[in-house]
Amino acid sequence: MDLLEHRGKSLFAGAGLPVLPSRVASTAAKARVAAVELGLPVVVKAQVKAGGRGKAGGIRLCRAEGEVAAAAADILAMSIRGQAVTCVLVEQAVEIARELYLAISSSRAQRGPLLIFSAEGGIDIEEVARRNPGALVRTPVDPLLGLCDYQVRDVVAAAGLAPELAGPGGTPAKQALAGAVRALWRLYRDVDATLCEINPLVFTEAGEVVCLDSKVTIDDNALYRHVELKAEAAAGAEDREARARQAGLAFVALDGDIGVLGNGAGLVMSTIDQIAAAGGSAADFCDIGGGARAEVVAAALDVILSMGTVSALLVSIFGGITRCDEVARGLVQVFGQARLDVPVVVRLDGNAAAEGRAVLAGARLPGLTVATGAAEAVRRAVAGAAAQAGPGARREG
Amino acid sequence: MAILIDERSRVLVQGITGREGALHAARMRAAGTDLVAGVSPGKGGQTVEGAPVFDAVAPAVAATGADVAVLFVPARFARDAMIEAADAGIRLTVCVTEGIPVRDMAEVAAHLSRRGCTLVGPNGPGLITPRRCSAGIMPADVFAPGTVGLVSRSGTLTYEVVHELTQVGIGQSTVVGMGGDPIHGVGFLECLELFEADDETEAVVLIGEIGGDDEERAAEYVREHVSKPVVAYIAGFGAPPGKRMGHAGAIVEGSSGTAAEKKTALEAAGIPVASAPADVVTLLQAQLERRRSP
Repeated sequence: MDLLEHRGKSLFAGAGLPVLPSRVASTAAKARVAAVELGLPVVVKAQVKAGGRGKAGGIRLCRAEGEVAAAAADILAMSIRGQAVTCVLVEQAVEIARELYLAISSSRAQRGPLLIFSAEGGIDIEEVARRNPGALVRTPVDPLLGLCDYQVRDVVAAAGLAPELAGPGGTPAKQALAGAVRALWRLYRDVDATLCEINPLVFTEAGEVVCLDSKVTIDDNALYRHVELKAEAAAGAEDREARARQAGLAFVALDGDIGVLGNGAGLVMSTIDQIAAAGGSAADFCDIGGGARAEVVAAALDVILSMGTVSALLVSIFGGITRCDEVARGLVQVFGQARLDVPVVVRLDGNAAAEGRAVLAGARLPGLTVATGAAEAVRRAVAGAAAQAGPGARREG
Repeated sequence: MAILIDERSRVLVQGITGREGALHAARMRAAGTDLVAGVSPGKGGQTVEGAPVFDAVAPAVAATGADVAVLFVPARFARDAMIEAADAGIRLTVCVTEGIPVRDMAEVAAHLSRRGCTLVGPNGPGLITPRRCSAGIMPADVFAPGTVGLVSRSGTLTYEVVHELTQVGIGQSTVVGMGGDPIHGVGFLECLELFEADDETEAVVLIGEIGGDDEERAAEYVREHVSKPVVAYIAGFGAPPGKRMGHAGAIVEGSSGTAAEKKTALEAAGIPVASAPADVVTLLQAQLERRRSP
């Protein structure tokens, strides 16, 4: 689960990471009030879970009170990478002396957390990695030992800070940076994050260290132990993919017109690839998992057909432990009730496949064909979709 | 020989008194597994599938000499169960459970490697050496004994490919499902090393998918260390960037982790990549023929 910038920053603040005073606003008028309370100048920032906000015009510096409402109104009317902006963050502006990059991310290759630091921040870190790999500190953090002092010293050394640089109250900049690195690690561990990124982490002209942005991803598998994040989890459940997840499905919408559902993530991905190879295009990825119980199949159909883009449906089941005849009975139950106006191809193989195909054949469901093998099923679904989409080729009732 | 498990493996099931645990203990036993013990805290003293049930792993190991543990334990208790198995001296832990927090898996992976305990999974079907031992939930009927080793990131796709192999009379030495989580136990590299050293394995099939760079590293490893024929299949050419395709680990991030990149890397290392699961058979037959008639 990705958190919005303002939510990530409130976690930062709670963990002792330095953030600027800010307010969240859902209207232009509220944004103006917030700016007055905070004191100008302020930065108005779109709150969406997408990169490239700055380039899209979703971040605006306002020096005068009169600019704030207009900027907020513009941004609130925007949609950035398909996400409507529903609120903005109004944040005090600072004079930036230097931009750095600091992140902790779960690494597949390291089998654990990886601390990444760059003395160059504020830009695409992948770009830094390509152009100047020496500028990056990448150090795996042992999940059992935690972040070690020497690793913190490595980061501070790589920052190349002048020894005399100090913030308000005389805190040496090096010490402030070390504190931020330690705080980020504690937060990463405590909230079960898979990513905590600060880009940029800045030194202000006043010598203070500040997190200017936040990107936090929480491990969905660990949400059960974070009641404090329950509100975010519930809010995220509004979209179709989250709704499918609650029904026990893994679902991703795609661009094509052939609805796909199957048992097993790899099998479904493979089916989508075979559809593309046969000249078709899948409308979705939908894994109903093992068992393929009737209610799960019904929920899957509901989600797939609600997209309104499907001109054929391909059900691909390979029975491992699951018996295909049981799956077939579930399908008969679902398809017998659902009024489908698109052709349906069902492919059953593996455990009790012959019995399963017999169950489907016996049910004589209109518009439903039974296929043997993935290749045949894909061919039929692609042909079915083409006929459905072609002019004057709509099937009767 | 086979790899990781064979008829000499003494298997213990953690969570054996649960519904899934009892069901799969019976299936494993029917598949030829020497099931020696079960563990369920607070349920010690019972017998399930002819195996004595213990309250903890250590006494079960002491009493039965179990060396392989298969877990049917809910996600929130899986970390503790895997650590308990490793601390009790279990050699190989197989975890089927889906949905274990990433932090737990990072800690488990670090601890098990220090204990010298091998992990298969989590979020996968386990492994099988046909007719001799099954440790996990693979449907034994699909498999046949033989000389092809297979290691995969996907469950059902594995069954599908193995089904095709078995249909044409190509049996398997050992089949390993490494699981769909980003942090997991043995992967392509470890299995390739074991298959290369295994007298009973003639050729290896790799089944990959989008996300991470396991396939790229496997290609590199094969180029340098593997003399046996290797063929591959990759799923997820149609996956959009940034979307998790079912498995937690199946995600294309930026431009990395794509199926196309993986295919290129494998082919550059001389590993033919099948365009559909059924094509693995033809590629494998060609490789085996070439090897048998030099």
